[in-house]
This record gives sequence, structure tokens and C-alpha cells, in this order.
Amino acid sequence: MTWEIVVGLETHAQLATRSKMFSGAATAFGAPPNAQACAVDVALPGVLPVANRAAVEMAVKFGLAVGARIHRRSVFARKNYFYPDLPKGYQISQYELPIVQGGVLAIQAGDGEKTIRLTRAHLEEDAGKSLHEDFHGMTGIDLNRAGTPLLEIVSEPELRGAKDAVAYARALHALVRWIGICDGNMQEGSFRCDANVSVRRTGDTRLGTRCEIKNLNSFRFMEQAIEFEARRQIDLLEDGGAVVQQTRLFDPERGETRAMRTKEEAHDYRYFPDPDLLPLVVAEADVEGIRASLPELPEARRQRFAAMGLGAQDARALVGARELADYFEACVAAAGAGQAKLCANWIIGELAGALNRAGLDIARSPVPAPGLAALLARVSDGTLSGKMAKEVFDAMWAGEGAADEIIARRGLRQISDAGALEKIVDDVLAKNARQVEDYRAGKDKAFNSLVGQVMKATQGKANPAQVNEILKARLAR
Amino acid sequence: MLDSTLGELRAALAGRRVSSVELTGLYLARIRALNRATNAFISVDEEISLAQARAADARLARGEAGPLTGIPIAHKDIFCTRALRTTCGSRMLEHYRSPYDAHVVEQFDHAGAVVVGKTNMDEFAMGSSNETSWFGPVRNPWGKDLVPGGSSGGSAVAVAARMAPAATGTDTGGSIRQPAALTGVCGLKPTYGVVSRYGMIAFASSLDQAGPMARSAADLAPLLNVMAGHDPRDSTSLERPREDYARELGLALRGLRIGLPREYFGEGTDPGVLAAVRAAIAWYEAQGARTVPLELPNTALAVAVYYVLAPAEASSNLSRYDGVRYGHRAQQYADLLDMYCRTRAEGFGAEVQRRVLVGTYVLSHGYYDAYYLKAQKVRRLIARDFAAAFAQCDLIMGPTTPSTAFAIGAKTDDPVQMYLNDIFTIPAPLAGLPALSIPCGFDARGLPVGLQLMGPHFSEARLLGAAHRYQQATDWHRRVPSETPL
Repeated sequence: MTWEIVVGLETHAQLATRSKMFSGAATAFGAPPNAQACAVDVALPGVLPVANRAAVEMAVKFGLAVGARIHRRSVFARKNYFYPDLPKGYQISQYELPIVQGGVLAIQAGDGEKTIRLTRAHLEEDAGKSLHEDFHGMTGIDLNRAGTPLLEIVSEPELRGAKDAVAYARALHALVRWIGICDGNMQEGSFRCDANVSVRRTGDTRLGTRCEIKNLNSFRFMEQAIEFEARRQIDLLEDGGAVVQQTRLFDPERGETRAMRTKEEAHDYRYFPDPDLLPLVVAEADVEGIRASLPELPEARRQRFAAMGLGAQDARALVGARELADYFEACVAAAGAGQAKLCANWIIGELAGALNRAGLDIARSPVPAPGLAALLARVSDGTLSGKMAKEVFDAMWAGEGAADEIIARRGLRQISDAGALEKIVDDVLAKNARQVEDYRAGKDKAFNSLVGQVMKATQGKANPAQVNEILKARLAR
Repeated sequence: MLDSTLGELRAALAGRRVSSVELTGLYLARIRALNRATNAFISVDEEISLAQARAADARLARGEAGPLTGIPIAHKDIFCTRALRTTCGSRMLEHYRSPYDAHVVEQFDHAGAVVVGKTNMDEFAMGSSNETSWFGPVRNPWGKDLVPGGSSGGSAVAVAARMAPAATGTDTGGSIRQPAALTGVCGLKPTYGVVSRYGMIAFASSLDQAGPMARSAADLAPLLNVMAGHDPRDSTSLERPREDYARELGLALRGLRIGLPREYFGEGTDPGVLAAVRAAIAWYEAQGARTVPLELPNTALAVAVYYVLAPAEASSNLSRYDGVRYGHRAQQYADLLDMYCRTRAEGFGAEVQRRVLVGTYVLSHGYYDAYYLKAQKVRRLIARDFAAAFAQCDLIMGPTTPSTAFAIGAKTDDPVQMYLNDIFTIPAPLAGLPALSIPCGFDARGLPVGLQLMGPHFSEARLLGAAHRYQQATDWHRRVPSETPL
């Protein structure tokens, strides 16, 4: 008996606005508790919400980026429930009429690609935070986060397992950062996911009973949680049991999900349109203005990169973040269109590795794109061997100057003069008769040793390709 | 001086015949004398009022007077003020001090008015008799055992008993007009969105609207001039050019078409009320106005619609009073849920609890469509009735209330009877329309009767003009209540 895992994700992306969804208080992370909670956020008597225009524009931007329908009229509703960190006793959200409906997101699924449909995306405000640890027998309430604008993005249940879900979440994460509506910082809670997981027998078209796993704030946890939850449900069903619809929490320390509340215990949120806010009307001209301001999207850019002669893998890797794609384009612009592949290799290989080791964003790379292009120009014109280029790169990274300066200072010019190289090769052959014999006797290893001798004689400056060529010619005699 | 109109007071202040300190002192003395008997004010701080008066006198002396500089005014205790506590008539907010002033309060501040105190009201504006206040019932100056109406009962009595020349009120289902009618003063509920609700404690957000209360229509105009205007802090505040609400005080009555809805003149209204209202309408006809019989067929549904929608919104609006951040919190509780339950059971009175329960019920899963959604649909029908009516007439007249003031305690055990007292005042807010109540006579017991004038959206100036013309010819609005002689 085989099972199919069905996952739908609800993602809360914190919108990168300066002020809150319905108040003028700041949204910056890390302020002292309640320092960024104004009268509206604290829900003092008499205060009223006013929708943040920038947040609305970001929601529209997202909708356009995923090819969704932007509702020209959407409605804010109140979701009523009592909790100490929910100051008004209700959360303002969008319920029946969200601002964004539909849309699609392309994800990498295994070796292939998949298009995942989105159900909707709607604007809402975040709640505050309850702090249970620091106060003995009491709970502290921090309302800095209360009222922070969120875009809740809901996928259709089209993800088939943990890997799909993570691929979707990564693609969404890259997209919201790409279009500049969310900083994507998962540690700070700027991007968090809930997963609806169910299983069904392969071939079954009906959805199984689902469980919702709350607050997955890393891709790794998401994968673990979904895998665990699917396994749990399959085991239950195979033992003749039934899945109970419930909300579950993932415990990263034990790697398992735990029941939080069942459907029967679920709140009746008593949604109704918020009478303090008029229906949100987005003008056609505003939508068109936002459309015009959209950057080239990852998918379009990926296709363009592929057309530059890059492999599919490289093209995809380069659109993983907008800054990375921008860096690549700047590098190609400086190095010349013919050097796209070389640029890609270096950015994905050497540069990404160095950034990774240093824990730096590409935007803060010590080697800027034109600098890397200048280095690569010396590779393609034969001045530098690959090995020498890496040495120069390391020096550039360490701040020793531009590529040409380092090459000159270190005398790192590759010897490509055929006459000079032939003389050196002959000299090496004369001094290493044994290796020559070994080679001719069929020991290929001897060849490498001879190359090494030539490199040694030239302090590594000999053009390796030429050395190979000359050696082969000489030995074939 | 206590009996002067706002216009006379402004002239006296401008001509330096009286100072604001003297005038304020006069009203404060009147409040001191009458507040024990009327219970119209919850909070008075004479020092603060006199300081404001001194500042007003300084402005007057510098010739920098605003439209109301030095004029005493009372604010309903639903408007947040920094200077005085803001209780909303509730134990929940008995000691609550707002860190900011409501928009309406700011506007009066800028205009130079002097606040003499915060007036009593039904708890969270829920009531038609001022009996639901945590601070005790307000007594009607026309009969000390009678209710003054509500919820703006304290403001109505403050004006009627000459404890303030003017007061602010709020109206959700009649809370300005009904107490105005029952105490013989004038009260205007403006078009929804004309006055910002920022800082006005919410009862039912889609209906709540602040408005002025005073002794004459001519006095209401400058007050509304100060209160009205766009406020970006209230998303339902309308962006319209400023207007002078006094501009039609000279309104020509000849040819004015007065709509008389059949439903407002039927069974169930006291004969004494009907007689006074008919006499007033006859006066208009004598001036050349034409009456137009009409129908507002969904009127009978208005009370039911209101008592679904207003509690629904209220149940959500009042969720913030949870004892967590401010206001009353129960002394003892076992856990979080217990803290909520005890706090709200102690902090809210019976009527507020009733409406929170009703509102929670009608929004609940499985009942929403049958109650809330249905009520919204009927609300639209009621608005449509008015739109059709105003195609045939310039304004509508009728009684403000089906009866004059009733005895304290007479309806407290029968909420439905209490709710029915708002039958004529509820439709206008459901349609967002402006409506005005002015005194138009007395019943056989000598109690004031209110005439209600309703108009299309933004017809406040016309309503005030029609009322002013009547008040030029009559003196009902000048009568001094029997219990509070000058």
C-alpha cells in the first residue's frame, strides 16, 4: 500500500514597511518591550485603525509577481478572540474578500519543475508577544510586534511531501525578498509557515483529514515536521485508526509534532467586516503604477540567463537572490557577454564559497563585480592560470588591491611563450629519463610528475594547457 | 447670563462685558448647586476649568479669539480627555485617564472653549434612560423622578438645567435626540462621517456619531462648525470642503416640502406628543411649507435591525476591556479565563453584558447569516426607503420619541419596552442621515415634546435653518425646567 502526502502551506510574510499596518508606530526589530506600541497598538479606548498604504502596495506587488488577481475592492474583517497579547480582543485581517486571489509559484521538484497554485494572499496585523520565562508565575506582554503588517500567503494543497513544501517555501522566500516586500529574516519571525498536512492512498482523489502544524520558522524544521507528521498519520491509518483534525506544534528538540487543540476546541472567531475601516479600494492606476515598478522577476531572469549559455542549474542558482543575480549581471557587463559562463562559474564557486565562509551577503562582498570581471579578463586572455587566478582572488578578498596590481606585484604572469616552454620541457625531460621511460612503459602517473617538474621549474607560472601539449608532443616522438 | 444664547455669550465676551473666568465661575457654581439633584456630571475640576478660562481671557485680551473662546462647554464622558478621567459611565473605566484628547475635544480646545466637566451617560452609551450608568441615574429637571433619556442624558440635563450653555453628545440609535426631546433641548446627530470618531469611545462603530446639544438650533450651528471636518485618524471621516452650518438659518419656508411618514404617526405614540408635533407641522404649513405624505415601509424593522447590528459591533468593540492593560481588573482570580470572566462581570453592568451576549450570539457560527447578514440587508432597505422619500421632499418631520419622559425604574425590567422608545430615532443612523430634535411643546403633564427633523445626507444646514425659523416664532426652547429654576 502506498501513500500520497498532501501539503498546503500558509505563510506569514512580515511586510517591510516602516510603520505598522494600522498605526504610525515603528516596526523595527529589537526595541525594548512596548517601546514601539502606540495608543492604537495598545487598543486604548477611542483609538481607530488607519490602513498603511505602503503595506497595501506591497500586497499588490506580490499579487502581480505571482500573476494573481488583484481585487480592486477587498474587505478588512475582525477575527475575534481573547488573548493577553491581542490588545483589541480581535485581529484585523481579511476574510471573505482578500486583496490577492490566485496566482502561481514555480518550484524545483527533484530534477524537474512544478507549478504550485496559490489560493490567496491577504493583509492582516500581527499580535504581540507573551513572555512566560522571565516572570515568575506571571506573563509579560510585549506589544512591539502588535499591529505589524503581515501578508498571509496560502497555497493550494498541491505540495506532495516535505521536499516539495520546502522547495515552495524557499521559492516564496526568495520571491518576497526579490520584490522587496519582506526581509525574509526567519529568526526574527519575518517569514514563518504553518503546514496543513494530510495523507491519502495513492490514486485517491479526496483529501484526507488534515492537521495543521504551526509556526515552522526554519526550512529544516519544516522538512522534519512534515516528514514526522506524515509518518504519524500513515502509521495511524495503517493501524486501522483515524486522523483527528487538529492543530499541532513542532518540537524541534524531539523532532516530533504534538497536539495543541482539536477541531472541537477551535475558536469561533465571529468574523465580521470591520466597521472602522471602509472597504479597501485599489485604483487601477495604482495597480498599473506598481506593475511598472516591479523588478524583472526571477523566472524571467532565469530564462534570460539560460539563454546566455549557462547551464540550467547555474541559471537557477543565480536567481536565488536578487542581489546575486544583479552581481552576476554587473560582472558580465564588465567582462563581456562571451564571459557569462566563466563569470557564473566563479560566482557560484569561488565567490559563493568565500562569502559563505565569511558569513557575508553578496551585497557586502569585498570583491565587487567589476573587480571580479577584471580578474576573469586575465584568466580568459591567458595571463593567469586557474590556480594563479585563485591566488589573486584571495589577495583581492584580503584587500590587497585590484587584480592587475596584484598580478604585477607578485609577478604572476603565466608563461605562454611556446619557445621558452619548449626549452624548459626539454630540460626537464633530459633530467628525468626514468619518468620518461616509465611513461612510455604505460605508467600514466609519470606524466603528471613531469608536468609537476615543469611547473616547479617555472614557479608555477607555466601555462598548464600548453605544458601538457608540448610534453605530449615531445613524448610521442 | 445663564440663560443667554451662545451668540449673546460670544458678544458679551468680545465686548469685555464679562470675562471667561466670570462666566465659567457662574456655570461652575450652577453645577455645584444642581449636580447633587441632577447627577448630570461625573467629573468636574474647577481648577482646570478656571485655568482654561484664564487662558481664554488672555487670548481675548490679545484679540486672538477663536469662534468659541471663553465659552463653557460640557463633554459627554465618552470623549477621551487628558485633563479629566474618561469613564464612559462604566465601572470598567472608573479611574481611567486617557493619554490623549479626542478629536472633538481638540477641536473645541482650538476654538477656545472652556470645559466645565464630563457628563453622565448610560454605560458605554447603551441605554435610553441614563439608568445604566455606574455613576447612578441622571434626573430630569422637568420632574426629579423622571429619566432624562439617554445615553447623552447628562449632557441634555446640563444644557436644560443651564449648567452649561452647550454640550457634546453622541448618537448611535438616538442618544443625542431622545434625551434632547425628553429634556426640552436641541440636539443634532450629523451625517455619519462628518465628525471624527477618533477618541470617542466606540459603541457601534458604523452608527456612532458625535453631535452638539444646546438650547437652540442657532446655537448648534457654530458648535457643529467646530466639531465637523476631516480627520485622517478616522478612516470613516469624510473628506469634504468645510461648510458653514449657519448659512441656511434664514431658510425660506415657502414651498419647503415636508415629508410625513405614515409610520411615524401611527398607534403607540402618546396623544400629547402627536398633538404637539402636529401643531408644529401646522405652523410650517402656515408659513407656506407643503406637507408630503409618504411611507417608510421598513420602519417597523429598524429596531430589530439595530438590536442585531449595534450589539454585534459592541461585542467586538468592548473586547478590549479585558483587565490586561488598563481599567478594572478583578482582585482575585484562578487563571487567565477566570480573570477575564470576573473582570468583565464586575466591570460591566447588566445592560452592557446583555448586549455583549446578544452581539456574540448573532455573530456566532451558524447564526451569522440569519441575524447579522440579514440585518445588514434590511439596513440597506431602510436606507433605500429614505432615498426614495427624499426624492419627494426636502426634509422629514415627526416625533422624536413616542412618549415624553418616563419614570425612573419604569422600564428597567423590560428591555424591549425600553428599546421601543428609540423607534423613531433608530432609522436615521441606520441610513447615516442627519437628524435633529427640537422642543415643540409640552404634553398634558407639562413635559417637553421633541420634534424630529431628518434630511438627506449633508443637509444639516437646511435642518438647522428650518428649526431656527420655527424657534424665531416660538419659545418652547426658552422654557426653564420646573425643577431647576434660574
